[in-house]
Amino acid sequence: MREAIETVLAKNGLLVAFVVVGVTMLVSYWAADRLTRGRLHGSAIAILIGLALACLGGWMTGGKQGIADLPLLSGMGLMGGAMLRDLAIVATAFGVRMEEFTKSGVIGCVSLLVGLLASFAVGGVVAWAFGYRDAISITTIGAGAATYIVGPVTGTAIGASSEVVALSVAAGLVKAILVMIVTPFVAKPIGLDNPRAAMIFGGLMGTNSGVMAGLAATDPKLVPYGAMTATFYTGLGCLLGPSVFFVIVRAIA
Amino acid sequence: MLRGSIFSMPIYGTALLSACLLIGLTLGRSIGAMIGINSDVGGVGIAMILLILGCDWLHRTGRMKPPTESGITFWGQIYVPIVVAMAASQNVLGALAGGVMAIVAGIAVVGVSFVLVGVLTRMGRSDEES
Repeated sequence: MREAIETVLAKNGLLVAFVVVGVTMLVSYWAADRLTRGRLHGSAIAILIGLALACLGGWMTGGKQGIADLPLLSGMGLMGGAMLRDLAIVATAFGVRMEEFTKSGVIGCVSLLVGLLASFAVGGVVAWAFGYRDAISITTIGAGAATYIVGPVTGTAIGASSEVVALSVAAGLVKAILVMIVTPFVAKPIGLDNPRAAMIFGGLMGTNSGVMAGLAATDPKLVPYGAMTATFYTGLGCLLGPSVFFVIVRAIA
Repeated sequence: MLRGSIFSMPIYGTALLSACLLIGLTLGRSIGAMIGINSDVGGVGIAMILLILGCDWLHRTGRMKPPTESGITFWGQIYVPIVVAMAASQNVLGALAGGVMAIVAGIAVVGVSFVLVGVLTRMGRSDEES
């Protein structure tokens, strides 16, 4: 019997993931309704539980994919992987009118550039404060502060040490996770309650996973707008990091 | 009646959605290659625009039926659960193990970015009013 269960679960990973996430959602929405009286959105609690599971998985297996590294829960990696995630994000654009995007197009582009510049600058300053003085390390860590993909791409392009590249990935991961957790709490004070602000938010934060989870926990209606700008961020960062930003840092450092 | 059911099935919606994403990701990669980076530039954004234009055309020509729509809206509605699965597959321990500098950098950049969201949101608004 036990063997039969294990075989079935191992062979149907995606279905296991659907059940596990379904139960997580049920528990989260129940807790949001009963325990916080709706002050905290159910999806925010669900995402927090997801992150806690990721911690648990990493601790148990020492792997890099959170709970998906447990063989029985490998389907979580497929369900939360890039393919289904992107499909679902694009589907959220259904019913959105084109004008909504074009109306905020200019400020969206501005937010992208400001966001990348600010992330590089802040990351670079922190790297400098922690004793890094060479342009390559400063640029790479600054790139990691953009996203955990821009970091290694930039670092590899300009020849950073593997230790610095690992640091840049860690900085990007911290950013993504913080955005997921913090966004619903600060949404109100920063005015993140309309499509235009969501496009600015997506452009400034840029981290796809952070933006998408943060907006989902705030107001799922805003997701397509944040995703629209955030989707350009990593690509632009990979373009500007090893070129423009590296040249600027080299001129200063 | 038969004609109607032939041209309205959930799979048509899902097929349209998937085709938009595949085209968007291909164009995004091509743009990336064009500017010399091995990365996707705006693939999901392009896919969203394609989907909006495609659905708009179907609506205007009367070809979009509720069953077809359901093949798209299902995926939009399952978005939050997918994000939960994504959160559960993140390398959270890796982020914490990156040490103090990585955590400080992450906190600083998120703090500054949130302040900038507030600034840019207000800045643009006063522009529109003037």
